[in-house]
Amino acid sequence: MEQEREHGLEQAMGRMLQIGVMVAALVVLAGGALYLLQFGGSKPDYGHFEGAPAAVSTVSGIVGGALHMDARSLIGFGILLLIATPICRVIFGVVGFAMLRDKLYTAVSAVVLIILLYSFVARR
Amino acid sequence: MNVLDFSLALFVTSLLAGFLGALTGLGGGVVIVPALCLLFKVDLHYALGASLISVIATSSGAAAAYVREGFSNIRIGMFLEVATTLGALLGAYLTAKVSGNWIGVIFGLVLLYSAWMSVHKLYDHPRSSKADPLALRLNLRGSYPVDGREEAYVAEHVPAAFGMMFGAGTLSGLLGIGSGAVKVLAMDEAMKLPFKVSTTTSNFMIGVTAAASAGIYLSHGYILPSLVMPVMLGVLVGSLIGSRTLTHAPVKTIRMAFVVVVVALGVEMIYNGMTGRL
Repeated sequence: MEQEREHGLEQAMGRMLQIGVMVAALVVLAGGALYLLQFGGSKPDYGHFEGAPAAVSTVSGIVGGALHMDARSLIGFGILLLIATPICRVIFGVVGFAMLRDKLYTAVSAVVLIILLYSFVARR
Repeated sequence: MNVLDFSLALFVTSLLAGFLGALTGLGGGVVIVPALCLLFKVDLHYALGASLISVIATSSGAAAAYVREGFSNIRIGMFLEVATTLGALLGAYLTAKVSGNWIGVIFGLVLLYSAWMSVHKLYDHPRSSKADPLALRLNLRGSYPVDGREEAYVAEHVPAAFGMMFGAGTLSGLLGIGSGAVKVLAMDEAMKLPFKVSTTTSNFMIGVTAAASAGIYLSHGYILPSLVMPVMLGVLVGSLIGSRTLTHAPVKTIRMAFVVVVVALGVEMIYNGMTGRL
């Protein structure tokens, strides 16, 4: 019985990941098509590191740009969705283990979640 | 060459890398960075960013298929993710501190190691009869189907595996790769898990580990959307095709050919790093 519920949790995690990747890929594709229409004819310049501009290197910058249909921010928004899928998997873990009344692994999943979120608030 | 041609060439190269990576089990991410740096003359840090995002895409994209087989162990995976994500934070932090040439040399060594791991066959170790009390307390056990019946297993050498996983996470953050080969080593050689459990659980963990570095990569400006776009889409499509053609292809010949490519890229990365060209 317990094993069946646990397998159900794994199945739900797997399906969530697959849907997340598909949606993220479609957003990246849409932003990419727009980008190539606008800038396809220009010269590529990736040989020197300058750092991505603020509009595509912060969560608020990306979301703001995507709302204005900026092509690079749209691709960035797809990338954020993609990064969010494994984070959602860990959230699923916290909730799922709590439902299975497994205190130890609810705590373990919560620790992993805190480490993941720290990565986004840490300043360099 | 304009941006359109450049993006198309990147897409095709990434598609091939994803296809061969899935077919051979080496993962496509490991060749993306050397291909971008050596063939396309992309800056190393932008290449790390594009590779890391592709790694998340392939890991999450493949998860559904692995879950269906019922071999992965979510408790062992989640427990070890504490170590890999902490390591990934350290590795991502180090990318801004370590010189590109050193990253290139370390990258080359990891390529050579991955090539060696893929020709060195995994087998199930004889398990010792006395269980690790720490593993029992942490519930690091499970069962998996063998010839129609369930076979039980318990993890061994938990502290050693945890330490190795921290190292795997650091490499993942430093090099923008999944470092699946090191993860499998920790679960296979240290924990003595059945190799089907190690390989599938490792794949499950790769996406979470990479997500831990992603926030830091983003704020460091390594993730350039216009460069990530063709690479991520190419690797994703290639690996989906690769994992579906697994049974009909002459895998052995392709694997040997891919291993030769990986070794050549590894040697070239080490050479470029040592001569200060990265």
